[in-house]
Amino acid sequence: MTLHLKMDEPVDRDRLEDMVQGVIGEPIDRPEGELKVTGRAPYAMEQLPENCHHGVLVRSTISKGRLADLDKTTIEALPGIRLVVTDRRLLRNPAQGMAGEAPVQETDNIHFFGQPVALVVAETFEQARHGAQRIVQQLQADTKVVVNPDDPEAEIETPRKKQASTGDLDKAMREAAFTVDQHYTTPGHVSAAMEPHASLASWDGDSLTLHGSYQMLRFNRAELADALGIDEDKVRILAPYVGGGFGSKLGIAPEAVAAAIASKELGVPVAVAMTRQNVFEMVLRRSETSQRIRLAADKEGRLIGIGHEALVSNLPDESFSEPVTQATPFLYRGENRLIGHRIARIHRTPAGSVRAPGEAVGLTALEIALDELAEVSGIDPVELRLRNIPEEDPSQGIPFSSHTLAEALTTGAERFGWESRDPKPGTVREGEWMIGLGMASAARVNMLIESKARVTLTSEGRAVVETDMTDIGTGTYAVLSQLAAEMLGLPMTEVETRLGDTGLPPASGSGGSFGAASNGTAVFLACEEIRRQICEKLTCEPDDLTLKDGHAIVGNRRVPLAEMLDGAELSAEGHTEPGDAEDKVRQATYGSYFAEVAVNAVTGETRVRRMLGVFAAGRILNAKTARSQCLGGMTFGIGMALTEELLHDKRDGHIVNRDFAEYHLPVNADVPQIDIVLLEERDRWANPLQAKGIGELGICGAAAAVVNAVHNATGVRVRDLPATLDKVIGGL
Amino acid sequence: MRPFDYARAASSADAARLAREGATFIAGGTNLLDLMKLEVMTPSRLVDVSRLDLAEIEATDAGGIRIGAMVRNSDLAADEGVRRNYPVLSRALLAGASGQLRNKATTGGNLLQRTRCYYFYDTAMPCNKREPGSGCRAIGGVNRLHAIFGTSEHCIATHPSDMAVAMRSLDAEVEIENAEGRTRRIDLGAFYRLPGDTPHIETVLEPGDLITAVVLPPPGGDRQTYRKVRDRASYAFALVSVAGVMALKNGRIAHASLAFGGVAPQPWRDEEVEHLLQGEEPSLPLFQRAADALLADASPQEGNAFKAPRLKRTLVAVLSELCGVKA
Repeated sequence: MTLHLKMDEPVDRDRLEDMVQGVIGEPIDRPEGELKVTGRAPYAMEQLPENCHHGVLVRSTISKGRLADLDKTTIEALPGIRLVVTDRRLLRNPAQGMAGEAPVQETDNIHFFGQPVALVVAETFEQARHGAQRIVQQLQADTKVVVNPDDPEAEIETPRKKQASTGDLDKAMREAAFTVDQHYTTPGHVSAAMEPHASLASWDGDSLTLHGSYQMLRFNRAELADALGIDEDKVRILAPYVGGGFGSKLGIAPEAVAAAIASKELGVPVAVAMTRQNVFEMVLRRSETSQRIRLAADKEGRLIGIGHEALVSNLPDESFSEPVTQATPFLYRGENRLIGHRIARIHRTPAGSVRAPGEAVGLTALEIALDELAEVSGIDPVELRLRNIPEEDPSQGIPFSSHTLAEALTTGAERFGWESRDPKPGTVREGEWMIGLGMASAARVNMLIESKARVTLTSEGRAVVETDMTDIGTGTYAVLSQLAAEMLGLPMTEVETRLGDTGLPPASGSGGSFGAASNGTAVFLACEEIRRQICEKLTCEPDDLTLKDGHAIVGNRRVPLAEMLDGAELSAEGHTEPGDAEDKVRQATYGSYFAEVAVNAVTGETRVRRMLGVFAAGRILNAKTARSQCLGGMTFGIGMALTEELLHDKRDGHIVNRDFAEYHLPVNADVPQIDIVLLEERDRWANPLQAKGIGELGICGAAAAVVNAVHNATGVRVRDLPATLDKVIGGL
Repeated sequence: MRPFDYARAASSADAARLAREGATFIAGGTNLLDLMKLEVMTPSRLVDVSRLDLAEIEATDAGGIRIGAMVRNSDLAADEGVRRNYPVLSRALLAGASGQLRNKATTGGNLLQRTRCYYFYDTAMPCNKREPGSGCRAIGGVNRLHAIFGTSEHCIATHPSDMAVAMRSLDAEVEIENAEGRTRRIDLGAFYRLPGDTPHIETVLEPGDLITAVVLPPPGGDRQTYRKVRDRASYAFALVSVAGVMALKNGRIAHASLAFGGVAPQPWRDEEVEHLLQGEEPSLPLFQRAADALLADASPQEGNAFKAPRLKRTLVAVLSELCGVKA
């Protein structure tokens, strides 16, 4: 039996509130945590069969042109070499998120430096890597290639659907008491998942099994099947453990298709793991952005106009473009509003979803601009934001499903000791260090994605949750187990969650912060159906049934579940999909960030001293994993503010810093005490759990709090991120 | 990785013999292994010298110390005598790499680590250091990390070591045993060669030469510090760094030796700057003059022009700190 729910209307009844097991929301450890920290959770490359061969992708060494020939004879004699794959089905780059079909498949036309052009297969990884390094390519480079978004010859696309204008922004700017009109730039970012992309392919007749590291298996299966030209039902993908994704594993990637082709041809399993350098060059990056922001405010600081125009980049034929302005239509008031979006078509590693596409970089710029408005108007930055919270979505004229920005701002200001901040920059000094405080708002759109799950209550009275959902480090195993335990009245030890197998009911996948709420709803619905079946067995009404500690309680009867089941098992599927609710209300999550930084007056080095994040995302399903998500997001926020930057050579567009020594993610020493406060909230429009996505909220504006604190410390306004020491000291 | 032979040296003579036949030494391997995986370095034979009996720190008759080439960076940084008499060295070591890397990396290997130039690391790029005569792509490219002193039109790469910078400020000598078993000592300044038109030749080592120790004379001053400026708080190479060893006598500078990292193809030292300080009364204007003198010869690139003012301010701060002058 399947219980289905399309979210057309709010779900007013908070069913989880009726339950009594007491596990939902609790800071429960990950059930698979011990396996992971002891190295016993097998990731894609950790279960290689004996006869497995290894493939390494060959990179192009020009930015645009043709691969005229690949001279296989140059490596055939090297030890262990078994095959060089040059196949029309090889992928140029990974599929964009939720594409459900193969991305561009061509390896002889080169579109960017580092593009995969072939696969070298050998008996060992090192032999294959040596072959990939040594194989000789005959390349015909185009004489002219545009690799920089600010190249005057870059083709600039202005998609009509991504422009919006209401009122008259120019007039508002003229009539405003206070204005800001500035340009901000953010560099490209790499997802930087700890586990590089890796696939192990093996065939049984015409059926393919792929152990991979992917976020969205039902889409990945369709993409892989399409790329290979076979039926979806001939493909099974397994990804029970994924070492981080951050958007980079949304779509099927070149290594998976290459492994499948090689395995078919050689008749043995083939493993293809990308090197770290491959990941930097071949996996979708976050586009750099150039943003113009205009703010017009009246003399009380109330916004009457907002302009946000962004220039991003991608390859000419890639559909994705970084949705920089995603939160700008609804975050603040202002009747005159202009949204602009342009795409420079250039030949760099293509761009895709990385860590909260849109808000991560767009809200960061907007929140720096708000700080500039606070400065020119003399209004406290927290107060300025409080004055600009709209009563309804100002662009669409629809209500908010729930709105907690004001509470996040006031709670954060109080907890952080914001009132101690001197608004005059450069006033607090400790020896060489200049101290400053900064803050920013957080916001991220909330989504529900179609999702299915199956829950089985075994005859022993244990629950098994099954779905092709993934746990990319986010805590999926924990929260789905908690939901089933709560709904079915079981201790956590009596619930097993099985994930990451396309043989199981298709889920939303992990992405866009929607996984826990979407797939959690499917689990919830399946459990509701099982509860109904239990009621049938016990001939009682659903409202009269209590499930706790493995017992069904009705009136004064208390029956162990196993006894009630009497050798039978109960099974049900839950199925949720988005509906009209999306259009009736504006759903988003909100929060606030506060940061204290110290800037060294001699060197310009910035150290974050402490940071606070206050977030609301509806019901929190697990206080521990939710907090961890926020910590991770804010850590990436520190990186975005101070250190992270893809460096491209302007002459050919290639990424020069292709490893973690030179691409500067924050290290432990860069990350101070971070406090997280999760506000109590329910959102009845989101789903029956009344929970919203929290995975990305922690990065959406976090960098602005740090950069604004640098300004408070020094008086230097950095508008070109990251705020490396040369930029900070250059302004002093 | 290109296939290679591996042999473990039983003695330094054994190591030298193998090296003369074309083998490359490996000790901690913290840099060499990475470079071999990328095929930036493709030795056909490795000689493992990590088990040679060269891991002692001993006092010398001259009142200094002799640091065996196989002393691990962690052990050297933690050594009581080093911390007491050569704190600049301890600080420099701890400012480098990560705990895990320092546990593996050796004293001799640290001196011989290769540059972190992005173009050196990418075999698809021309690089005179990796492939003589192919050109320097860092010039006109991304060169934020690169040198402002001692460069040539053929190479602008920096030497990435922190340890070597401190050693240079301590007048270190490198003890080398050659293939014939003869030992010689070379001042660390003379040990490294400037790139000129042969940037692939980085030191004066000859085939078969094995670094056996680094010898430090007694410290020239008890006022010592190492200051490193970098893009993140740990695990980042120096944008600029200053090692300072000073002594004051009767209110005047009796000794000043200064070395600079992140700015040159070798740990950089400028005798003129030290001479300028010698015998003078410490003061901010004096330090400014010293910094101006140091930077007079700088020739930055487009991407690293910020290093010159950064180095100036850092030098003035270090001198102020060491001399107790309020900045």
